[in-house]
Amino acid sequence: MNKTLLVSAIENGTVIDHINAGQALRIIHLLDLRAKKYCVTVGMNLPSKHMSFKDIIKIENLVLKNEQANEVTVFAPEATINIIRNFEVVQKITTTLPPYIENVFDCPNPVCITRTEPVVTFFNIETESKQVNLVCKYCEKKFDRNEVKVKI
Amino acid sequence: MARIHAETHAASAANESDSVMLNTLYGSNIVSMKDLTLPHIQLVLEAAHKLKANPAADLLKNKLIAHCFFEPSTRTRLSFESATLRLGGNVIGFASDESLSVKKGETLQDTIRVISDYADLVIIRHPKEGAARLAAEVSKKPVINAGDGANQHPTQALLDLFTIQECQGRLDGLAIALVGDLKYGRTIHSFAQACMLFDIRLFLVAPDALALPEELCDTLKKVGVRFSFHQSIEEVIPKVDILYMSRIQQERFSEAEYQQLRKQYVLTADMLSTARPNLKVMHPLPRVNEIDTGVDKTPYAHYFEQAANGLYVRQALLALLLNKDFPGNV
Repeated sequence: MNKTLLVSAIENGTVIDHINAGQALRIIHLLDLRAKKYCVTVGMNLPSKHMSFKDIIKIENLVLKNEQANEVTVFAPEATINIIRNFEVVQKITTTLPPYIENVFDCPNPVCITRTEPVVTFFNIETESKQVNLVCKYCEKKFDRNEVKVKI
Repeated sequence: MARIHAETHAASAANESDSVMLNTLYGSNIVSMKDLTLPHIQLVLEAAHKLKANPAADLLKNKLIAHCFFEPSTRTRLSFESATLRLGGNVIGFASDESLSVKKGETLQDTIRVISDYADLVIIRHPKEGAARLAAEVSKKPVINAGDGANQHPTQALLDLFTIQECQGRLDGLAIALVGDLKYGRTIHSFAQACMLFDIRLFLVAPDALALPEELCDTLKKVGVRFSFHQSIEEVIPKVDILYMSRIQQERFSEAEYQQLRKQYVLTADMLSTARPNLKVMHPLPRVNEIDTGVDKTPYAHYFEQAANGLYVRQALLALLLNKDFPGNV
């Protein structure tokens, strides 16, 4: 039986697979892919053996740096990130959740000083079992990763 | 025993045996109770006891302290001012943002950066949460947080600890009830964090809408603080050594809800009939009607002594941050 890919293969670039369902668009914002005009294909709510449902992102002609890959794990702790050359996987990036993340998210707390001052936002990252939380360095409030929005 | 307390106890015991306390707070910032270790807190309490027993008139001689109050304050501002003046220092500053360049659109960062060139230390109160942390980042001089929105009020927490130690003779092994607005009260948040460093059992008495924030409860749980939730003051009075009251703001409820809550969260003298003899009632003030004035005459009332202690604890902080050799031989 012929197997067809739900999201077509790329010749060169990066594939971010096993993204928790619903997080793909956040990662696209995080990596600023729309503004940078990369050719991106996205699959959402695809069936997955281990995750039931997953998202996938394929980015043509962009080789993700380790630092960027680590930031992706804030939204997708179980993501596998592969570098593709001539339709083949040439490198698997090993990711680790970073201890903090700088200047990526806005603080959701409306009375946080970072909402009115020109400040580089800074969140410490904490994990509780599989939950990823972000703690604002300034207002000290803790947020679930789904509550924070990427700065645009 | 709270976990952090157990870990840091050995270090503090070593310090005590030296009899000379090293000033580990010299030149640092006081932004959040989160940043302070048990030895830091013990240092502040020792210094405050020393200053209360033996006033020192020259610890801030030739020092200029900027008092930057971007929102109104009575006790905190005036106790910091008297602490500065009584130690021989001088005060510059403002008591509201009405006449400032921030009204013209100047950032907090620019304001603090400039003021820190003029003064030796900056005290800041600001309505935004995290303002003190940001001020500390841009200031060239030490910064003390005198309250940032609903976030932190570390000097209040320190004076609360000082008062409890003074009136109960210890901090470990006590049962303390926190009553009222546990959600928005910054003094409560800072105090609850301070309790994590000691063997303190907490009774949290609040309506559901004003319960202690979940993240703070999670942290209390994580460090091993024992706590429980309660709906009325009367059920906890016989069980506690300290009844720490705070104000429930009427504007957060409908009139009918507020009248109902009033009955449960207003302390009257007759409610104290079941209290332990050593019980002390504390309140960060201002009170509105959550402690009936009849309580003032009972031996349990301790909120005015608590407010008075603000002077010594703030003197201790100013002296420690600006004098490397203080307190020396305690």
